[in-house]
Amino acid sequence: MTTITELPPGFADKVLSAQSTFRSVMDAMARPGSVQRIVPMAGAPETMMRGTAAIALTLFDHDTPLWLDARMSDSSDVVKWLKFHTGAPVVQDSSIASFALISDGALLPALERFALGTSEYPDRSTTVIVQVESLDAGHGFELRGPGIDGVAALQAAIRPADLFERLRVNERLLPRGIDVVLVADDAVVAIPRTTRVVNKGSK
Amino acid sequence: MNAPAYNFAYLDEQTKRMIRRAILKAIAIPGYQVPFAGREMPMPYGWGTGGVQVTAAILGPQDVLKVIDQGSDDTTNAISIRKFFAKTAGVATTTSTDEATVIQTRHRIPETALHEKQVLVYQVPIPEPLRFLEPRETETRRMHALAEYGLMHVKLYEDIARFGHIATAYAYPVKVNARYVMDPSPTPKFDNPKMDNCPALQLFGAGREKRIYAIPPYTQVVSLDFEDHPFEPYRFNAPCALCGAENSYLDEIVTDDKGGRMFVCSDTDYCEGRQAAGHHGSLSAAPYKERAQRGSHG
Repeated sequence: MTTITELPPGFADKVLSAQSTFRSVMDAMARPGSVQRIVPMAGAPETMMRGTAAIALTLFDHDTPLWLDARMSDSSDVVKWLKFHTGAPVVQDSSIASFALISDGALLPALERFALGTSEYPDRSTTVIVQVESLDAGHGFELRGPGIDGVAALQAAIRPADLFERLRVNERLLPRGIDVVLVADDAVVAIPRTTRVVNKGSK
Repeated sequence: MNAPAYNFAYLDEQTKRMIRRAILKAIAIPGYQVPFAGREMPMPYGWGTGGVQVTAAILGPQDVLKVIDQGSDDTTNAISIRKFFAKTAGVATTTSTDEATVIQTRHRIPETALHEKQVLVYQVPIPEPLRFLEPRETETRRMHALAEYGLMHVKLYEDIARFGHIATAYAYPVKVNARYVMDPSPTPKFDNPKMDNCPALQLFGAGREKRIYAIPPYTQVVSLDFEDHPFEPYRFNAPCALCGAENSYLDEIVTDDKGGRMFVCSDTDYCEGRQAAGHHGSLSAAPYKERAQRGSHG
């Protein structure tokens, strides 16, 4: 049993750390493909990266139902840490989640199982946060869409390998859709629903 | 004992989280109005409560804030909001467009081109471009869902039928990323082309109506028009009387009761910058000062 005192800590300065983390995520969302760094660090339970923990402390609260992948929901440390620091309810039904945390891309369920929003309220959709191996080395991807001046190049090692192919569901759903935030340690890249990705397949 | 009376940037953290989540969805769905739980702010509706809440949610200690009201840094509304954040967030403030990282604006886009490190926050009175054509929120929401914007074109057509041209001069409707028709807030249509493919992030906050929407950087923004009546930005046909600018948006200032008037840049920072760089208009400020010192009032 972990007691509260043994849980990894939250932000040292809640207010300014949340602001700084939010600006990194906002810049990432506004400029898809650009790698933003999360500076302020909190303690993070096992299976959760530093960046993921900072985003959780910044955006989650009692108003945001969370869906966790099997590896995270099996870890009582993660569940307790989230509950203590954010108060966000963990739900089993991914279709009502505001956020989904994916510690291991292999455990990512079909995207259609998340909330996709409605035509009238496309904002009521799940933001899926996926932890990946690397956001500065690996496969080359070309991104186009709002927020990108022409073409953005992203080098990333991502699981599942077909993530961007799966995200093509957004083309059909628009303006509904899934927004994805990729995290690798302290690096963040956002792929909002409007971004179109071409896999260059090169190293 | 001397704990500050307010949280940093006035809003409590739960409110900021809620607004921040709305901002992220607004960026992900360009031009779509995200509902948010707008709070009461220590200023009346219509004075920028929406813009202030967006600014409060994004502002950090490293930011440099500029606030303009119809282009001017020096009006009551702009000064009050600038002081509000200087007091509650301790941020540096400026009147220089170039130096600012966050610019809150009421009804203008600065003349100086914006850059990637900047966020432009608009104060919005009525976010729904279809509201005066269809008063029911359920219906306008359905129209957005179906991208059914024929009514807006009928409105613009009626302008042409009545006046011979599109007479809409401000809050001129735009289509964002070829999907949502959006109200750019009551900016003069002169400013509409600046929204297109802008390097800066543009955020819109409507406090009374409780909506947040956004245009990401480098996003297509098209002013609605017709092939035979293309969109045309409007500008008084005169140079600025103070700095001589031929390409800035002008305010008309009545100077006497005999029909006298002058045209000056609405963007005070741009105008002062040009005057400091040696540009002069037909009524540059210096002669007036000299006359005032001599005590002559004409």
